[in-house]
Amino acid sequence: MSADHHHGHDHDHDHEHPRLSENQLRVRALESLLVEKGLIDQAALDELIDMYETKVGPRNGAQVVARAWVDPEYKKRLLETPDAAIAEFSFTGRQGEHMVVVENTDTVHNMVVCTLCSCYPWPVLGLPPVWYKSAPYRSRAVIDPRGVLKEFGTEISDEMEIKVWDSTAEMRYLVLPARPEGTEGLSEDQLIDIVTRNSMIGVETVSAPGSGAGS
Amino acid sequence: MIAQETSREALTETLPTLLRDADGPVFREPWEAQAFAMTVRLHEAGCFSWPEWAETIGAEFAAAKDRGEADTGEEYYRYWLAALEKIVAAKGVLTTDQLLMRKNAWARAAERSPHGEPILLAEDEIINEESSER
Repeated sequence: MSADHHHGHDHDHDHEHPRLSENQLRVRALESLLVEKGLIDQAALDELIDMYETKVGPRNGAQVVARAWVDPEYKKRLLETPDAAIAEFSFTGRQGEHMVVVENTDTVHNMVVCTLCSCYPWPVLGLPPVWYKSAPYRSRAVIDPRGVLKEFGTEISDEMEIKVWDSTAEMRYLVLPARPEGTEGLSEDQLIDIVTRNSMIGVETVSAPGSGAGS
Repeated sequence: MIAQETSREALTETLPTLLRDADGPVFREPWEAQAFAMTVRLHEAGCFSWPEWAETIGAEFAAAKDRGEADTGEEYYRYWLAALEKIVAAKGVLTTDQLLMRKNAWARAAERSPHGEPILLAEDEIINEESSER
């Protein structure tokens, strides 16, 4: 055993396990040709990747939601002029143009899907989770929203209307979840902690801390 | 009206269940991140609009469905990569031949590079590729 050889996925049988997979080869082909054409450079790619791996995520959206819960004026702006209201946090940029914020109320529960592909509001939620991109979710969210919600452990009473919003490359949705009861004493920072990504996609609701529900 | 419990059971039996995740990594492998980042940069460089991209990757999902693939989301970046290759060809940024020749060059480079050393393209491979008529 040699300690300085890290054998993660690679093995020595190069003819059986090539050092580069088919996908790696195709990506290298694209990358090297595009660099030669001056269309991309690796530093910019690295910066972009780092941003979506470590900086942009659902905590951004949670800040927006928590602010809307504590500040009625902000909530009004968020629902009426979502792009501008979200920009107050500087959560702007790629795939964040033309946002629509849909509010969960006592009578309406909203959930978001992209039936065509995987359009998603990156600046407030980061990149979409695996299930959001899956064919079952994309097809079933529209046909059977209650069934899908049940799989997430979310029970919505029969009296409530469920609205399913289909995202497009030009229109992206953020669900403003209902503020749970029993959170009146929480600060804005504490509220940020209880807002989940799934609640902002609309497949879950937000639970008060210690209520036993949620994850 | 079907009872809730029954419909739920029926659903889980007949329809594929959703793949859940626990906030796993954004990208599972570096090539996924590269494919993602290249697409965003090319869009920003004006090579294609985002609706055009959505349409192209949407077509990949539809084709996967036609092939009977489960499309659980795990294969997402495989479809993404195929869409990226198609859109750069459709927009005249690179040709399919260029991509294929360069891919083969990388495969040869990978084969001859000793384990533990970086895989690099030989310059003559790039030149041959450019002058190749085949």
